[in-house]
Amino acid sequence: MPILEVKDLKTYFHTRNGIVRAVDGVSFSVSRGETLGIVGESGSGKSVSCYSLLGLIPQPPGRIEGGQAMLDGEVDLLSASEKTLQGVRGKKISMIFQDPMTSLNPYLRVSTQLVEALRIHEDLTKKESLDRAIKSLEEVGITEASTRIQFYPHEFSGGMRQRVMIAMAMITHPELLIADEPTTALDVTVQAQILELIRERQKANNSAVILITHDLGVVAGMCDRINVMYAGKIVESGTADDIFKNAQHPYTVALQRSIPSLGSKGKPLYTIPGLPPDLSRPIPGDAFALREGITSGGKWDNTPPPLRQVSDTHWVRESDVILPPLEEVLDG
Amino acid sequence: MSVKANLSPSEKRLPEATVDLDAIEAGTSLWQDAWHRLKKNHLALISFWVLIFMGVFCFIGPFLSPYDYRSNDLEKTLLSPSLQHPFGTDDLGRDQLTRVMVGGRVSLGVGIIATTVSLLIGITYGASAAYIGGKVDAAMMRVVDVLYALPFTIFVILLMTIFERSIVLLFIVIGAVEWLTMARIVRGQVLSLKKQEFVEAAVSLGYSTRRIILRHIIPNVLGVVVVYATLTVPAVMLLESFLSFLGLGVQPPMPSWGSLIKLGADNIQLFPYLLIIPALFFSLTLFSLNFLGDGLRDALDPKSSKD
Repeated sequence: MPILEVKDLKTYFHTRNGIVRAVDGVSFSVSRGETLGIVGESGSGKSVSCYSLLGLIPQPPGRIEGGQAMLDGEVDLLSASEKTLQGVRGKKISMIFQDPMTSLNPYLRVSTQLVEALRIHEDLTKKESLDRAIKSLEEVGITEASTRIQFYPHEFSGGMRQRVMIAMAMITHPELLIADEPTTALDVTVQAQILELIRERQKANNSAVILITHDLGVVAGMCDRINVMYAGKIVESGTADDIFKNAQHPYTVALQRSIPSLGSKGKPLYTIPGLPPDLSRPIPGDAFALREGITSGGKWDNTPPPLRQVSDTHWVRESDVILPPLEEVLDG
Repeated sequence: MSVKANLSPSEKRLPEATVDLDAIEAGTSLWQDAWHRLKKNHLALISFWVLIFMGVFCFIGPFLSPYDYRSNDLEKTLLSPSLQHPFGTDDLGRDQLTRVMVGGRVSLGVGIIATTVSLLIGITYGASAAYIGGKVDAAMMRVVDVLYALPFTIFVILLMTIFERSIVLLFIVIGAVEWLTMARIVRGQVLSLKKQEFVEAAVSLGYSTRRIILRHIIPNVLGVVVVYATLTVPAVMLLESFLSFLGLGVQPPMPSWGSLIKLGADNIQLFPYLLIIPALFFSLTLFSLNFLGDGLRDALDPKSSKD
């Protein structure tokens, strides 16, 4: 049974320029031990959909307009009271943020911050929680943890801080870890270490992980299943193999073409033309068709394209766009 | 200021090296870092010691003085400074040194207490408004705007005439006027802090709102608040001396630096030392507070200093 089952989540932002449909009918689920990747460009709604689950959306202007997110089949996170949510956050669901430089409080010792999380959720004495905090630092590969735990965040490097963040998120052994672009702010050598660490902690705790990223390389290596998001909707969902070897949606294909390859030195790089659509105006049909300049004559001009099942694990949203072969695009 | 801190290379490196050693032992907090930077700022450090001296002088001094600040001796009026009366005597024959000390006690007391009152109200109000946000924030800040629009000298004068003129009331009234700016400053800071990831992280770890405000937001605002507080103290002292000058502040025979300066100003042609001495103490204190505030700002936010 999945730990978390999200159905038809809708998060809108009510701004002066109109209603921004940041997340518009997203459904997914994760089970223990599984890693779900959510990929998409900036503004595709991948972060907002996960922030909505924890009630981290600033309200107003944000509002969750509909849907359901059942945790353990018991609690609906979207309609739960703030008090219930405080019990869930940090205990059952934890989060790692993008920028490790700003996600620790600069005025508190690391020990204080780690122990604080423990003492809120678990009935431990000061000594016990400190011991466990030290142990959790050792688990994320920080040596001399019993000395370093007394340091302040600015005395750690970026990669170390992200390790501390992971220790902090995993210290209560949560069932679900949401990692919001955990490696974006780190340099490449550290990225791999951090991803490996997340995977290792996941195995140790048998937790589920939702990995939000725009880096296809990261999801390819880490995730069991992948959701590709565009303009607030999931356009393709499947296993890593489905997505990388048998991509069906033109957007997924375009994303993969955008990865610079080592072999094609000297050739121009492929980019997806245009910008993601303005979500403050309703999009009646295929959002990606607008990006490719198709405004009329398509099958999904005015009706929202439905999902089509490709295989047991693979779903794709219909689209009007037919991408020309790559050579043609680059040469023409 | 930092130019003065640039000592010769060896001298400069020495304290920094010890800092690093400490850091390895226990970790250096941002406050400790700031203290180390402040210690290198000579002007601020001198100001700090001047203020300590003023505190001791005004709060302990009167107990050591053989004279009482209100017992007059009409045979010894308006004496020039002498061994018996180092600062001379005033028009009622009271020892001026004792009166300067007691007056300083009132002036410093007003400065500290009124600033504390303004800090408490301002921080609570500003932080709550910003953290809750939305309509509550808008309503709370409109109240501040309305209070700002009141001409505050008239407001203070009004309160002082309606109610009994007591020192306590003076403290409260000044504090109640001075918290407005503090609330605005704190609100601005909290608004930007609220968006920081460590606050989001705190929420995502299941902390309560109260805990987040007290443990995670307020410590981060304190740097700015401390700086502003050292600049509020002189403003408050000026306001008190202004009110005393008008006869609305402390009531005779209790002196304050403001009322002593007024007395001196009345006798400026024949007995200038009655004006010069309290004015000297008063301006020295104000200068020191300003220099210290300046130094604190540089120390707490090294990026903002000029070099």
